[in-house]
Amino acid sequence: MNRKITCVMCPVGCRITVEMNGDEPVISGNRCTRGRQYVIDELIKPKRVLTTSVKVEDGDLPLVSVKTSGPIEKKIIMDKMKEIKKKTVGAPVKIGEIIIENIDGNGVDLLATRKVKKIHK
Amino acid sequence: MMKGINTDVLVIGGGAGGMAAALSAAREKSDVILLERENSTGGVLNQCIHNGFGLHFYKEELTGPEFADKLFNEMTLDRVNIISESYVSEVDVENKTVRVLSPDGAYEIYAKAIVIATGARERPFGALMIPGDRPSGIYTAGLAQRFVNLENRLPGKRALILGSGDIGLIMARRLVLEGMKVEAVVERMPFPGGLLRNIVQCLEDYNIPLYLSHTVTKTVGRGRLEKVEVSEVDENYNPIPGTEKIYDVDTLILSAGLIPQVEDISDSLQLDRVNKGYAVSNSCETNIDGIYAAGNNVAVFDLVDYVAAEGWVAGRHAALKSKGGENNTEKYPVIRGKNVSILVPSYIDFNESLRLYLRISKPIEHGRVILKELNIEKKFVDGVPSEMIQMVLNKKKMELIREKGGLFVEVVEDE
Repeated sequence: MNRKITCVMCPVGCRITVEMNGDEPVISGNRCTRGRQYVIDELIKPKRVLTTSVKVEDGDLPLVSVKTSGPIEKKIIMDKMKEIKKKTVGAPVKIGEIIIENIDGNGVDLLATRKVKKIHK
Repeated sequence: MMKGINTDVLVIGGGAGGMAAALSAAREKSDVILLERENSTGGVLNQCIHNGFGLHFYKEELTGPEFADKLFNEMTLDRVNIISESYVSEVDVENKTVRVLSPDGAYEIYAKAIVIATGARERPFGALMIPGDRPSGIYTAGLAQRFVNLENRLPGKRALILGSGDIGLIMARRLVLEGMKVEAVVERMPFPGGLLRNIVQCLEDYNIPLYLSHTVTKTVGRGRLEKVEVSEVDENYNPIPGTEKIYDVDTLILSAGLIPQVEDISDSLQLDRVNKGYAVSNSCETNIDGIYAAGNNVAVFDLVDYVAAEGWVAGRHAALKSKGGENNTEKYPVIRGKNVSILVPSYIDFNESLRLYLRISKPIEHGRVILKELNIEKKFVDGVPSEMIQMVLNKKKMELIREKGGLFVEVVEDE
């Protein structure tokens, strides 16, 4: 089996070729090691970094943007979105602050990617 | 009399290009003012909450807001004077005087050098000339992105996306994540407008179909959008009768390309015919001495990292110019050969290395970029117009350009 996979780890978007040599995947066309890991994950357990936003109370913005601290399994993303939508955090929020700890059960946290100031009503 | 402020370097626009320009000018020990029309800097980065930014410029992967925050913090440390809620109404490029409108009234800024970093705007619905009704529910992708990511509003329930530019692809995923149904992405061209990685992670991951060589031929709805008609197009982009298909959607998202923002600044600045942005040299200088431009108002770039890198160059040269340096600039033209559409820079000077950015005009499986004057060739495979090709040449290699009087850039297709 010969498969071409576009790496999504960075905007370079390497077209990586995977050939199976028995049970061993032979990977070529990746320009960095992240591409190799991406392809291995893609064959066994596809993963993505999830970026979305969470509601904020008393903030100068109604939302704070968030990301997972690493890739999480693709198949749990829609479920995790439901969980994230229920969440509300209070301002102020700092960049890098943990919004949901261990969101995937495998040690990946949901982190704030923007600071939100508190407004006093 | 109108009040005025003096500065060494004035940067117009606080997006990635402008912030990088302001920072690099400040690092050259110039007094720098950055004007931003919104109430905070960052530009479109603030609403680009996805990741994939910064790998070249910061050597780490960041989301848009994180990239903007890093630049903001650095600018603050280096004492850039950021003035927000300020709109530039006019630039007198010869005298380097800028007229500004702000909540505090109108005022002028007198600069020794100016960097224009006004970015790009989205091609609007009106420019697409689609027949039918004009109901609500039709948004550009960037506007929809602003609603969803900054204002906590969802544009509708069921959407169709016209155009496969990166913002459209990213919004397709974003809307699905937020609970909307995205019926399809339709693209008039026979190839996608956005990066392949976004086709994979935004469309394929969420089973959103992409129809190439298709376009919206009618919008239907009273008050709110109710239906759109999609047709296949022939090789001249004309709709093929009999191929119409109706989609019941209340939302149409347009991702039909970006246009460099070059209006209203000055009529004296030369534009590049194909890029539709300011014609600049590799020092980012326009045809007017001491006026620089960088980023998406020069040409629409793929990556914010490229925009920031160009802004950095512009800011540094503006700072040097404000101190009286770099006056006798000889400039040689960069000429487009076959298969080249977007091409930056338009001119070459010898104050800076050459960073050449180009787009091929059609998909090419195996090809070469040829710089004949320099005896340089760059091979590529699976080339597509949506992915810029970048080449960097040092000053030593550039010497031949002076001898030949210019640089010819062409792309050849190999078997």
